[in-house]
Amino acid sequence: MSDTQEINTPAFAMVRTLGLVSVICGIIIVGIYQITLPAVNANKKLALERQVFKVFPNAKSVVPYLVTQGGIASAEGQDNAPAGAVLFYAVYDASKKLAGIAAEASSSGYADQVRILYAYDMDKQAITGIGVISMRETPGIGDKILTDQAFLKNFEALDVSLSSDLQSLANAVKTVKHGTKTSPWQIDAIAGATVTSKAVGRGINESAQALLPRLLPHLDKLKSNEKGEEGRDKGNPPGREGRADGAGWTSPFPLHSSQMALNSSSFSSKGVHA
Amino acid sequence: MSAPTSFDEFLSGLWRQNPIFVMVLGMCPTLAVTVSAVNAISMGLATTFVLGASCLLVSLLRNAIPKQVRIASYIVIIATFVTVVDYAIQAISLDLYVALGAYIKLIVANCVLLGRAEAHAAKNPPLPATTNALGMGLGFTLGLFMIGCVREILGAGKLFGVALFGDHFQPWVVMVLPPGGFLVLAFWLITIAAFRHLSKKRNVQLEGAQS
Repeated sequence: MSDTQEINTPAFAMVRTLGLVSVICGIIIVGIYQITLPAVNANKKLALERQVFKVFPNAKSVVPYLVTQGGIASAEGQDNAPAGAVLFYAVYDASKKLAGIAAEASSSGYADQVRILYAYDMDKQAITGIGVISMRETPGIGDKILTDQAFLKNFEALDVSLSSDLQSLANAVKTVKHGTKTSPWQIDAIAGATVTSKAVGRGINESAQALLPRLLPHLDKLKSNEKGEEGRDKGNPPGREGRADGAGWTSPFPLHSSQMALNSSSFSSKGVHA
Repeated sequence: MSAPTSFDEFLSGLWRQNPIFVMVLGMCPTLAVTVSAVNAISMGLATTFVLGASCLLVSLLRNAIPKQVRIASYIVIIATFVTVVDYAIQAISLDLYVALGAYIKLIVANCVLLGRAEAHAAKNPPLPATTNALGMGLGFTLGLFMIGCVREILGAGKLFGVALFGDHFQPWVVMVLPPGGFLVLAFWLITIAAFRHLSKKRNVQLEGAQS
């Protein structure tokens, strides 16, 4: 520690060493990133899927969609949503009926983004459940949003009905101080975890404001898919469509996405499919 | 410097130079993640891996790193292995990542790692450096575990998530809150210091001076 050779070390040696160390470390990180990427992505998908099935216990299949100003479109095979589009999931139950809509809400909490998934019930016009996709809130405090029964009670029927002009929510979803909830669109915060509770409320409000007014006019399109996706599969011979459906409805994400990819590439893919 | 055996190197970190109770290093994770025994062990093992791997690399490069840039190099190396652990846990198990994700990145700020790289790995060949680092890591794990157990038992009435007492148990909530970390740490520090003091006294009486 105390030797004085420091003066003699040329700058070049230092730069060279730092460069060498960075290169070694860079290679290690890139290597491990590449190795773990498939598993990490699978796990992320699984995390999302689990939350969808948690908020919709009787869900049978889940189809991702994008909603834009113009309408809704299937979002299969797209990793990044285009700007202005909102991603949501149409959830169908065992009888192929539209069970509800699941969408992601995200807002900054106490530490990092709190990403939750909420279930929207179009009959009740209300949010009927939430699940956490990812968060880094303080364990034992912020993560009570998952376990605190009184807090979860807020999401048995959180009112998100639209205003009369259908342009926004009738009442913005708002997190209020613990014990002061008076209306069905308010969220009673957890005492001691107000920041996280507010993040949940803010995230839901932003997401619902962006999604629901644009989605609801097209709800029939989603419902029409209940009977075999004619909406998108017009050009396909009936025989093929039936098979594709069968594969789609009974499977969770992976199989389903392959089916979607085939459908969207229209006739040319028929040979491949067979 | 006399060459201690590998086993000595290993044991020194586990007990004689325990990072938490003797060197009092790495207090941030010690206080922050010891809310439950499982968290404590997982954090300890993740730290052990980072410590072992980074000390191995530091030791291999010890002759190539000029003194002026050593801290920067060590930090880059440590941060690399923390990232590796982060990805590995994400890939291995979703549940583990949900439980630990928030803590893993804290490892980079743990001064046990920099301390070991600087004080030991930079001056020793790879084998003793790694052995010592693994011993230190396990010692750190042991320390976290001892604190985590006490906090979980007193603060939640559970151990490894299993309830120990009946419903009539009133959890001592302060123990799982930040102050509890300080209280339990102090309790262990006093206990262990007293124990060491006594055994040292006995040794002095028995064999004369011993450092």
